[in-house]
Amino acid sequence: MMEKHYYTSLTRNMTLIVIVVSFTPLILIAGLIGYYFETSYREKVMEHLHELVEKHQQLINSFLDEKLSYIKVLADSYTYDELTDEIFLQNKLVILQNAYSGVFVDLGVVNSAGVQISYAGSLKLLNADYSKAEWFREAIKRDYYLTDVFLGLRRTPHFIISVKKRRGDTEWLLRATIDFVAFNSLVEQIHIGKTGSAFIVNSAGELQTRPGVELAPNITSLLSRISWARMAGAGNAEAVGSSSDEVKTSSSGSNVISGIVKSRNGNIIYILMPLKSGEWTLAYLQDQADAFAEVNRARVIALAIFIFGCLAIVLVALFISGKVVGQIKRADLEKEMMNEQVIEAGKLASIGELAAGIAHEINNPVAIMVEEAGWMEDLLEEQELQQSKNVDEFSRSLKQIGIQGVRCKEITHKLLSFARKTDPVQHEIQVNDTIEEILSLCGERSKFNNIRVQTELDRRLPLISASPTEMQQVFMNLINNAIDAIGSGGGLLEIRSRVEGDKVVVDIADTGHGISKSVMARIFDPFFTTKPVGKGTGLGLSICYGIIKKLGGNLTVDSSVGLGTTFHVNIPIHGGKS
Amino acid sequence: MGLEILIVDDEVEFAEAFAERLQLRGFTAHIAFNGEQALRILDESAVKIMVLDLKMPGMDGLEVLRRVKKSHPGVEVIMLSGHGSEMDEAYGRNLGAFAYLRKPADIGDILEAVKKAEKLLAGRAV
Repeated sequence: MMEKHYYTSLTRNMTLIVIVVSFTPLILIAGLIGYYFETSYREKVMEHLHELVEKHQQLINSFLDEKLSYIKVLADSYTYDELTDEIFLQNKLVILQNAYSGVFVDLGVVNSAGVQISYAGSLKLLNADYSKAEWFREAIKRDYYLTDVFLGLRRTPHFIISVKKRRGDTEWLLRATIDFVAFNSLVEQIHIGKTGSAFIVNSAGELQTRPGVELAPNITSLLSRISWARMAGAGNAEAVGSSSDEVKTSSSGSNVISGIVKSRNGNIIYILMPLKSGEWTLAYLQDQADAFAEVNRARVIALAIFIFGCLAIVLVALFISGKVVGQIKRADLEKEMMNEQVIEAGKLASIGELAAGIAHEINNPVAIMVEEAGWMEDLLEEQELQQSKNVDEFSRSLKQIGIQGVRCKEITHKLLSFARKTDPVQHEIQVNDTIEEILSLCGERSKFNNIRVQTELDRRLPLISASPTEMQQVFMNLINNAIDAIGSGGGLLEIRSRVEGDKVVVDIADTGHGISKSVMARIFDPFFTTKPVGKGTGLGLSICYGIIKKLGGNLTVDSSVGLGTTFHVNIPIHGGKS
Repeated sequence: MGLEILIVDDEVEFAEAFAERLQLRGFTAHIAFNGEQALRILDESAVKIMVLDLKMPGMDGLEVLRRVKKSHPGVEVIMLSGHGSEMDEAYGRNLGAFAYLRKPADIGDILEAVKKAEKLLAGRAV
């Protein structure tokens, strides 16, 4: 439980560290770049809009100036008499209309009493009385005059350009009507994005052109409060008067006001510029969302990338820490297993030592017993004892003591060879016999596992000088390993013996699971095992290797994963030991 | 007076029984229970064959063997031990032991080794 908690907290800590380390710079960079990008982009957009509106301001101003100057030229070039001649005037109108298709609707000459005494145009306005009209009262006071847009006598929106001239004591006006549609289209041209549109208002906040959008009430109130003349005098931002919460003026000067207005459908950017020397205002409105559509889209994309990146970081952090902790866990487990194996091996070694000691100690008393029995046997040879009727029984018993003594010696010797403390005596042995002996021992196990055993033993194999028990140990280990490798699925175990030069070679080939490269490198290391804890000491192959090496031979292995493994035992015929 | 044989063994019972059996077979048996005693007996008698145990308190068998071979090179030593490892045997043979037997050994095997040693000694004397 404790262990589990340790690994869980390790995983959590690693994940958190990776996430924090990755997130911090990501958030900082994203925030910083995002902020600067957005700010500069907004400035750029506003600048661009300013420029655009300014261009149109100039265009409209020049349109008005141009029209005014034509009328001025007309008034200057011709006399009152000429202009009051209707045919002459009609002639001039045709020339103007040809030059500026449809802009000039009509021309007329109005006397100081406000009566149109000469008229050229499609309407019947000759002798129309303008003396009550507001534009006339204004126009008669000035050299020239541009009216606001109004319906007038003709009940259609239009505006008038008039120029005052003097003839003797009386004054007269040359007036021209400018078509509203032509003028309106000039302003309507200003169309940016989906919602950007422009219109013109007069100083009273009355619309002079048709706005493309419905105006929010706070914009209408803003427009009605504008006074360019006052601004020119004050020269500062207070032109708009009290700017409420809903209206924010961000930049202003003597000839431009811009800012943001809140409305039901989001914020609206406005840019205001004076026209007609401040009598009119050119207003440009655009939804903030529309104007900054690009930056908003970029923000959405960046946010998507950011979220995706964060998600990826979290996933990777979880994955990596999980993997690393898994590896640590495995390493810990391996270490633990190793420790257990070392302890196990130590235990075995001390048991072996103990057994060897006992075997030694037993040999001495047994030797005394055997010696005493021998002495008694010697004494039994004496004449008087020979006559005893039980002499044969004595003799048999004493011999039995001798035989059992030898048996004791053999038992202790076996114990010693098990303990591997003493190197048992070398004999001339036939390897084939050893192999067959071991196979007979392993027969049941291989049959149980469906393993077919095939032997190909060279009958002319020479004897080798080695310890029989050690040879048994070698082949027992190798054959047992082969059977373990094949497992319960069944397979083929082949054992071949032959002579190669001055060596006896035995191949032990199995069709088992094979040995991976990483395992292969450590296969002969003491305490290295792939078997579960408690199943193997990891000493088998290392002992085999040691035994074969001691004989001056060699133990090698070929293996391919999934196909099987072959061990080659090489033992010199003329023992490596003197 | 038969051939003189020295038995060196710290196991008193074994040494005595063995000595009696040898004497029964016509040998003159001396007994030493440790290395010092064995060397002294060698100095004082005409012992030519020695049966030597390996594991003894004080001077051990291999040490006795080394000293005997130095001071009495003519003496043949048969090693007889209950503890014999192959290393001990090889070591003993290197030091000049004539034979190496394991306890409990059959009296016949010992006598055979003694006879061989006797033959060797006789050959050397001629």
